[in-house]
Amino acid sequence: MGEDRVARAPAVGADPLTRATELAAAAVAGDRHALARLLTAIENRTPVAEAALRQLYPTGGRAHLVGITGPPGAGKSTLVAALIAEVRAAGRTVAVVAVDPSSPITGGAILGDRVRMQAYAADRDVFIRSMAARGHAGGLASTTGAACSVLDAVGFDLILVETVGTGQSEVEVASSADTTVVLEAPEMGDEVQAIKAGLLEVADLVVVNKGDRPGAQRTAAQLRAMLVAAPVVGADPADAGRPRPKRPDVLITTAATGEGVPELLAALDRHRAGLTRAPTEDGAPTAARLARADAQVRAILADRIADRLRVAPLADDAAATLRAVAEHRVDPFTAADRLLAAIGREIAS
Amino acid sequence: MTDRPIKILIAKPGLDGHDRGAKVLARGLRDEGFEVVYTGLRQTPEMIASASLQEDVDVVGLSILSGAHMTLLPRICTLIREAGLDDVLVTAGGIIPDDDVPALKAAGVAAVFGPGTTIGEVATFIRANVRPRD
Ligand SMILES: Nc1nc2c(ncn2[C@@H]2O[C@H](COP(=O)(O)OP(=O)(O)O)[C@@H](O)[C@H]2O)c(=O)[nH]1
Ligand SMILES: [Mg+2]
Repeated sequence: MGEDRVARAPAVGADPLTRATELAAAAVAGDRHALARLLTAIENRTPVAEAALRQLYPTGGRAHLVGITGPPGAGKSTLVAALIAEVRAAGRTVAVVAVDPSSPITGGAILGDRVRMQAYAADRDVFIRSMAARGHAGGLASTTGAACSVLDAVGFDLILVETVGTGQSEVEVASSADTTVVLEAPEMGDEVQAIKAGLLEVADLVVVNKGDRPGAQRTAAQLRAMLVAAPVVGADPADAGRPRPKRPDVLITTAATGEGVPELLAALDRHRAGLTRAPTEDGAPTAARLARADAQVRAILADRIADRLRVAPLADDAAATLRAVAEHRVDPFTAADRLLAAIGREIAS
Repeated sequence: MTDRPIKILIAKPGLDGHDRGAKVLARGLRDEGFEVVYTGLRQTPEMIASASLQEDVDVVGLSILSGAHMTLLPRICTLIREAGLDDVLVTAGGIIPDDDVPALKAAGVAAVFGPGTTIGEVATFIRANVRPRD
């Protein structure tokens, strides 16, 4: 296999730009090993990752990014597996990014979502990648969005992102996905109230899984009642482009058997079609995509600023300024303005 | 970054239905700071090879009790090499007679850990022998 040689090219010490160009070209050509290597570079935030993303980003934007969140044990991974089956039956390609928490003490992680999806491991048109959150809060790793950009650019039709699922409000997924699915399970009926505050507000679709369990219908009814009670903003044209509380459909699935999954896929497709018939002017990006762009650029800006302040010539100035703030000689706003101005001068010079 | 976590895939090839040992190992290696992709029971060599490729793991740890190690382990090594993963460390544990170890090593298994091996020993071996990573 000639294409494998690209991915096998000496990595350590190779010029990052050359390496990135090789890996990106091979990944776009369908080399799964090169794709896997690129995703590792992205997780590790190496220079190869940035160079590859610069090349790949312009070809992206076609995949449908779906985030799946909800409390642990609700059946997210099982539902992802059921969706893979459905999507493959329709002849489409699918990538999965499944995020699990890292131990704050050792940095280690058990990435166990894949267990439920292994039946599709050997299908070329399915690509499953587990990611440790590596200390990032909010249900994703800090590099999950960049990983999705790569999977998008290499041509997967659908990208499913499974969040950590701590049961906390993992709302970050909503700014990373076109469509956000919030999963519930019937025996969590008592927790519905708690989850509502954090998660339901960002849901484009609410799914009650474990439809085979007693109480599924009741949970779905409760959720529908709750969602109807929420005020609908956004009908006013002045609200265009602003985040709006949504009025999501509530579906019932039994991921374990696949029941309700065709209907879920149809609902995902409908949501996507609704998005591309944008409420804004023709062809303008959707609110979800603008939010994603905003989050991406802000994160990079923050990194860039932090990087500048960590090295010469600004590192000493930054340390002295922080000290002055700690000693209450300078207020934090003045300090931030001063450092920003110093960075500006540094960039201009 | 050289101190990033080592990523290991732990899989149980073959038909035996016991994954207690594999789960203990997974948790132990997590506590040693590894990122552990756990794939569960009854994995075919093809599933293990393609999961290793997609996850871009540094190490593949195979736990096998069924007695089929002399067919399954060399087959997995072959598939992993064929997929281009020639720098991935393959280790095995479970119930494997000493007499079989030389043949397994010749087939590409870097280490065979007997039942008395501690998780600390496994972690130490992996850290010392894992591929250099970019
Ligand atoms: N009865 C029933 N159990 C399910 C269903 N879907 C998932 N499960 C089970 O729920 C448990 C947690 O599933 P998992 O997909 O790992 O949940 P996650 O933590 O949200 O990813 C597993 O034991 C699954 O077998 C379902 O539709 N019905
Ligand atoms: Mg899961």
